[in-house]
Amino acid sequence: MSFDYDKYIRPGKLPHIWCPGCGHGIVMKGLIRAIDTLGLEKNNTAIVSGIGCASRLPGYLDFCTLHTAHGRAAAFATGVKMAKPEMNVILVGGDGDGTAIGGNHFIHACRRNINMTYIIMNNNIYGMTGGQFSPCTPTGAKASTTPYGNPDPAFDVAKLAIGAGATFVARGTAYHATQIDKLIAEAIQHKGFSVVEILDDCPTTYGRRNKYKSVIEMMNRLKDVAVPVKAAEKMTPEQLEGKIITGVLYKEEKPEYTTEYAKVIERAQK
Amino acid sequence: MEKKLPTIEIIEKYCKGCHICVEFCPTKVLEMKGFVASVKNLEACIKCMQCELRCPDFAIKVTA
Ligand SMILES: Cc1ncc(C[n+]2csc(CCOP(=O)(O)OP(=O)(O)O)c2C)c(N)n1
Ligand code: SF4
Ligand code: SF4
Ligand code: SF4
Ligand SMILES: [Mg+2]
Repeated sequence: MSFDYDKYIRPGKLPHIWCPGCGHGIVMKGLIRAIDTLGLEKNNTAIVSGIGCASRLPGYLDFCTLHTAHGRAAAFATGVKMAKPEMNVILVGGDGDGTAIGGNHFIHACRRNINMTYIIMNNNIYGMTGGQFSPCTPTGAKASTTPYGNPDPAFDVAKLAIGAGATFVARGTAYHATQIDKLIAEAIQHKGFSVVEILDDCPTTYGRRNKYKSVIEMMNRLKDVAVPVKAAEKMTPEQLEGKIITGVLYKEEKPEYTTEYAKVIERAQK
Repeated sequence: MEKKLPTIEIIEKYCKGCHICVEFCPTKVLEMKGFVASVKNLEACIKCMQCELRCPDFAIKVTA
């Protein structure tokens, strides 16, 4: 049965601004389906972003939304969550927004284990500003600022999140559309800071420069590179060379920040 | 019994012609007509919904 996305989209906002074949639209649809599955109320759900193509996402959604400063989604979202701990708070943004200018906010939100969900759309580039390399641009890849190939190693966003203390970390891809909503729904249900990295495509500023002839080639690469956690367990390091593991990568129960903070308030008021 | 065919609606003003639905339909139901997707062979549709799920532009709706 056709899914009714219109229910959750601000009237008159479509078509969106993303380029043909940009995966951000696929991720937005996954997020909407996850919200629908969980029955989250519009007035009790805040969707917060920084700046970038990916960060345009909240503007389309008929929820409480905040489009903030570049890299600062986590800071603003933390403010919302502290003021209204009962609210569902979902952060969305790109790899540049989240791991370059916003890298510090990102790791500290992980460390605090505050009960919010962060969806990071990793297209390996600064799409909006014309294709400068980001901390997630693979070594050797071309960007407008690395015309001879990027000498830097890339961040593994999921490992970064786990290392910094996030208690739920998952990874999907824009190609594997059916999985996106399931990962996001599980992340939202987790009590603590949850991170869902979606491997995404930017045909306009990354694809062309890196010899992908079409959106389809970029989608096929996502299809081929992804290995589900279960399958990966049975593979040798040689077989896993060049692959990226997808699914729920990490899950743990730990004290959650707003709950711990409420105890601080209680102690202070005694 | 006659097989009940689904309805596939393509919202042309939303379609950006990315080819994703056409390329990844397992039974080659869809084709590009100029810059927009269109239905070529509705009989072959297995209602897997992959086209609707993957369209980045909210431009295709399959009703079984
Ligand atoms: C303080 C500040 N510095 C720089 C910029 C310019 N800027 C806008 S978007 C962006 C990068 C966005 O990349 P990413 O988060 O990966 O999103 P994408 O566009 O790839 O989806 C930059 C550097 C800005 N808006 N504000
Ligand atoms: S520039 Fe890249 S990230 Fe931005 S909308 Fe276009 S394809 Fe998407
Ligand atoms: S529902 Fe499946 S079979 Fe039918 S057109 Fe879409 S992708 Fe093809
Ligand atoms: S996936 Fe959507 S936008 Fe792309 S060609 Fe098909 S209907 Fe058009
Ligand atoms: Mg990016």
